[in-house]
Amino acid sequence: MCGISGIVNLKHQETPSRGELECMIQALRHRGPDGFGFFSAPGIGLAHARLSIIDLEGGDQPIHNENKTVQVVFNGEIFNFLELRHMLQKLGHRFYTHSDTEVIVHLYEEYGDAFVKHMVGQFAIALWDSKAQRLLLIRDRAGIRPLFYTIAAGRLYFASEVKSLFTQPAVTRRLNPTALGEVFTFWSTLEPNSLFEDVYSLPPGHQMVVDQGEIHCSRYWDWTFPLDGIPDHRSANDWAEELRELMVDSVRLRLRSDVPVGAYLSGGLDSSVITSLIRNYTNTPLRTFSIGFEDGEFDESVFQRELIQYLQTDHTHVTCKAQDISRLFPQVVWHAESTILRTAPAPMMLLSQHVRESNYKVVLTGEGADEMFGGYDIFKEAKIRRFCQRFPNSRLRPLILKNLYPYLKHSPTAAGDFGKRFFQQGMEYIDKPYFAHIPRWSTTRRSWKFFSREMKDLLQGSVSYDSIERILPPEIEQWDALNRDQYIENHTLLSGYLLNSQGDRMAMANSVEGRFPFLDHRIMEFAARIPVRYKIKVLNEKYILKKSMAGLIPESIRRRSKQPYRAPDSQSFFSCGKPAGYVQELFGEEALREAGYFNPAAVSKLLHKSASGKVIGFSDNMAFVGILSTMLLDKMFIQGYPASAFE
Amino acid sequence: MSTEEKIRTFILENYLFTDDQSELKNDDSFLDQGILDSTGILEIIFFIEDEFKIKIKDEEMIPDNLDSVDKIVAFIQQKED
Repeated sequence: MCGISGIVNLKHQETPSRGELECMIQALRHRGPDGFGFFSAPGIGLAHARLSIIDLEGGDQPIHNENKTVQVVFNGEIFNFLELRHMLQKLGHRFYTHSDTEVIVHLYEEYGDAFVKHMVGQFAIALWDSKAQRLLLIRDRAGIRPLFYTIAAGRLYFASEVKSLFTQPAVTRRLNPTALGEVFTFWSTLEPNSLFEDVYSLPPGHQMVVDQGEIHCSRYWDWTFPLDGIPDHRSANDWAEELRELMVDSVRLRLRSDVPVGAYLSGGLDSSVITSLIRNYTNTPLRTFSIGFEDGEFDESVFQRELIQYLQTDHTHVTCKAQDISRLFPQVVWHAESTILRTAPAPMMLLSQHVRESNYKVVLTGEGADEMFGGYDIFKEAKIRRFCQRFPNSRLRPLILKNLYPYLKHSPTAAGDFGKRFFQQGMEYIDKPYFAHIPRWSTTRRSWKFFSREMKDLLQGSVSYDSIERILPPEIEQWDALNRDQYIENHTLLSGYLLNSQGDRMAMANSVEGRFPFLDHRIMEFAARIPVRYKIKVLNEKYILKKSMAGLIPESIRRRSKQPYRAPDSQSFFSCGKPAGYVQELFGEEALREAGYFNPAAVSKLLHKSASGKVIGFSDNMAFVGILSTMLLDKMFIQGYPASAFE
Repeated sequence: MSTEEKIRTFILENYLFTDDQSELKNDDSFLDQGILDSTGILEIIFFIEDEFKIKIKDEEMIPDNLDSVDKIVAFIQQKED
């Protein structure tokens, strides 16, 4: 895994200076501590920070083709590079390294811009074709690896992280109010927005061509679903068997590495699938890492221990304490480069630190299974709400809601008739493709009451639930309801939050590469075809995935209801009712007024409520963490304070 | 402080995060006005039980008893009687 950055002059042929490129890539040193590489020519400059994983001796970038007319810098992995290399050699291409990067230049020579369709992997690529004087930027299908860009002073700047762009004086630093409104609704910005004004993220499955100063973006892949009503006669067993074969291949490809590979183990189904496939279908020594919590509401150590014993893994367990979250949080925001509404990324950063200290720099991890196979509560909740909506006066149907959220200390379904009424809210959106997400979004949007008057004025009319329609394909109306829910989840929570703030960034903060077997595009395409009745069978989530793993993981884990990964939120920042020093400062009237995003009087009451231990609900916790992360973002990225100022 | 004032202050401080009395009318529905989230009602129940030393049974956790300041005041009076 690595970091990339570059500059393209859109109006003239001046060569970007080495100093400019060095500044940009230095900011990404954590992504690639093993060395820097540069390429520059009239009008273009590329830079690369390397974390060496494949071809440790010969894989330095940029890498070029036989006559050096194609140059590439690349962040990620092409997992099927051995097969591609073999095929390209047969076609006459000569290789000078053993790295996966080199297949990119030869694939491009062979297939032009469509080369990306041949690759199984996770990547952000910058490829310069000097003959055509043309730059190609490409991001992987699921959005595992990040790529940001901005245009300033007649130049296109791009980089793996925003902080690299901000090393350039021409790039202005401002938070984007619309993007803030989006995060405080959808949990992530809507593609292609970043949290920063005029800085954009190349969306997953997209490529950008820069040709003669013109910029053109296009989508080369999307996670689409079959039209509703197409008959399917395959049995659940057939689906499960094919899935197991695909998963074995996906895991096998992701173990390719010239350094040892480990795996995260959460105690849930998804990581159990990956670790057990490694154990049962490969010869790779099984080295696992897990995180636990002092607070039993969040801790899954019991299930982790069961799996460790079952698979006999060489294991490291880390316990995350409340003070760890508070201590790490400024660093978390520095790396996430976004407002975040939960503290859950912080323990992931702590875990990747232990991975690195154990001399591992690659881990397999289970993100994506819930989106692919229907694992989230939001899908089941929507199924029940749709079921209730058919007979709104039924007294029995809402009782099913009691089955939701058994893991929550304060479950919304515990409030009797009230709980029922909450789930009946939003029924007016029943025909909208985003119906399932209304309870989450309306809870998140409650944070808007903390915005300052100026922010509310700026956001007036600019962010609504309908804003999501901008990123939805027209045919979504013809998909099954669950497939619609999955698509939206994939394009908001997964790519915008989980992969970005919790996946790539928290691992890369400690120079660790995460690999995601469930996000192999062949698995994603397969999952899209599974009939919805097999994804959630009645209320049994991820039914086909569970079925595919019969006999391979302990029955207690296979049959266990999903417990989402969560961490203690606002209470992590208080000790004996007193907030951490930096929280007190950032929630103070002066800091809030200076930043201008939030209403100091309202935030002061939230701080008071949190200090008294009375914040137990989702919305207050999200508001607290969201305000704190936004204030940190402003201090570090707009005002220029280092993360160490908040220790 | 009267029961009504205690309830109003609790709602204004903890859900509307303001001192502005005009933000809350006594007959505003917590659900229809979006004043509470799904766990907010649990917080209100904890508050009422602690503050007024009464126990609220499961079957009493219904909007008719708890969905506005007026309804809570009436419910507490009925319990105290």
